[in-house]
Amino acid sequence: MEKKSGKAGGVGGFILLFLVGLVGSLIVGWVVFPSLLFSQKTQPIRFSHTVHAEQGMECEQCHYLTEDGQFMGLPSTESCADCHPDETGEDTPNGKEIDKFVNEYGKTGAQVPWLVYQYQPDNVFFSHSAHQGFQCTDSGCHPPVETMDAPPVYEENRITGYSKQTMKMWQCERCHAQMGTSNACYVCHK
Amino acid sequence: MSAFKDFDTTWVMVVDIDKCTGCGACMAACQTENNIAPQPDASNKLRTVSWMTVYELSNKMPFPDHDMAYLPRPCMQCGNPPCVSVCPVIATDKNENGGIVSQIYPRCIGCRYCVAACPYHARVFGWYDPVWPEGMQKTLTPLTSTRPRGVVEKCNFCHHRLNLAKDAARAQGKNPEDLEDGAYKPSCAEICPTGAISFGDAKNAKHKVHELIKSPNAFRLLERLGTKPQVYYYSKREWVRRQGDNYLKSEKV
Ligand code: HEC
Ligand code: HEC
Ligand code: HEC
Ligand code: HEC
Repeated sequence: MEKKSGKAGGVGGFILLFLVGLVGSLIVGWVVFPSLLFSQKTQPIRFSHTVHAEQGMECEQCHYLTEDGQFMGLPSTESCADCHPDETGEDTPNGKEIDKFVNEYGKTGAQVPWLVYQYQPDNVFFSHSAHQGFQCTDSGCHPPVETMDAPPVYEENRITGYSKQTMKMWQCERCHAQMGTSNACYVCHK
Repeated sequence: MSAFKDFDTTWVMVVDIDKCTGCGACMAACQTENNIAPQPDASNKLRTVSWMTVYELSNKMPFPDHDMAYLPRPCMQCGNPPCVSVCPVIATDKNENGGIVSQIYPRCIGCRYCVAACPYHARVFGWYDPVWPEGMQKTLTPLTSTRPRGVVEKCNFCHHRLNLAKDAARAQGKNPEDLEDGAYKPSCAEICPTGAISFGDAKNAKHKVHELIKSPNAFRLLERLGTKPQVYYYSKREWVRRQGDNYLKSEKV
């Protein structure tokens, strides 16, 4: 008899342990791992879209399509230096950021290593000229930086090295299927 | 075997064998255009990566009658591709308008069924890690992705050039599905110094190849297998055309 009751308690303990283990694994899988998976990075220069939009600058001045349909995604250091040729010497946060740009990039001529939130693997072909009918922020393609005073945090996948925002293949394919566009492999792969 | 696949646009290559001098410029252009790494041992032809290979043909006749020819061989982009039906993971497919057979490297598991299935030896397996010696990595282009060791690769008619041509057409307000003759050309066709390689849409009457492939001197390799290649050859010499398939002595070509 004593042995039997001891056994029953063992089963109860086992179920308890199992539940603790299950909840623990779920927390690790859903909360701990995803937060460990991504490292956070900041842009080399705290470039503000709103400050520049207030100057009356059009988006196309910095992001434009060439005559042969290629997308010039990010502006060159030279084009920034047209307006920021010299240090401001100001002590404001904005002034300091401009001085940082002038000293580190403007004077040396080096290109700013901007982090692109939507950077795709090199076997993916994407065409901006084919998607001109959409807004930049449609389907979560790009963060709404034009409404932000500071660039959003860039989250990098520690295993793959890609941005968290990089659109997954199923997301591209879902929209193509909905819009009746071809989903042949070579449409997007190279 | 899978069924014949037909598309509104059919990109075809027509190689005039009588114009080919065997110079190999097409092979060199192909290697640089498609990020093919320098080979560790280029003399081992069983293990070299080459998407475009020039073969030497001979009529095997003794002197004064001897004659020879050269035959550049890209991927045939078969209308009925034997490689596609054998792929266990659908890493290769023929599903895009234009009929170019796709090869998706990250999905390839390197089983090489397709290499065995291809009657044209157009598919190659990467036996070595691609290595660009110091300084040579500057020749890499972003237009084609590099392949790791252990996957199968092949010619794709410089498909990235089709993407660029479509983008240019869009920017100029033209129809990207109805490109002009010459707007899209693989690098081998562009480089060929004698103009032996023509390229275009066989279904489009405005493209030169539309007429070229109707010539009685035009032929395809191993036509009787029913693979329906999208690469045509052209020669006025009967002995050259005879080499396109395993004809019996009694057969007329
Ligand atoms: C003065 C030049 C300039 C102008 C004008 C400009 N941008 Fe930008 N944009 C940048 C730079 C530099 C970056 C990279 C840094 C960053 O992501 O904040 C960028 C990044 C972006 C990104 C993020 C892309 C990604 O996924 O990484 C979007 C979206 C964007 N811009 C949209 C716009 C829109 C919309 C406008 C017009 C309202 C605009 N930009 C005007 C310079 C400019
Ligand atoms: C048309 C001229 C013009 C161009 C081109 C331009 N800027 Fe500016 N920028 C300005 C003006 C005006 C301000 C506001 C200065 C202030 O607030 O003191 C400014 C402010 C800034 C600031 C401080 C505010 C902020 O955004 O954090 C930074 C940093 C900056 N610019 C970087 C850049 C970079 C990088 C580029 C190139 C992508 C660029 N700018 C291109 C005119 C320009
Ligand atoms: C919001 C919907 C949407 C999303 C998301 C989307 N696409 Fe598209 N895409 C389209 C539409 C619509 C077209 C057809 C445009 C046309 O024919 O003018 C297209 C066309 C294309 C083309 C050109 C096709 C051709 O035949 O030349 C490419 C390449 C492409 N998309 C790649 C991608 C990739 C890669 C992604 C994911 C990173 C993606 N698309 C995500 C809607 C979308
Ligand atoms: C609408 C665009 C689109 C089409 C069509 C498409 N892909 Fe993709 N594919 C992508 C994008 C974008 C990525 C990169 C993001 C990701 O990994 O999800 C990708 C990634 C992949 C990967 C994973 C690569 C890696 O390194 O993890 C494989 C394998 C792949 N694609 C195979 C295919 C095959 C096979 C087809 C045809 C049946 C195909 N794709 C069709 C857009 C597309």
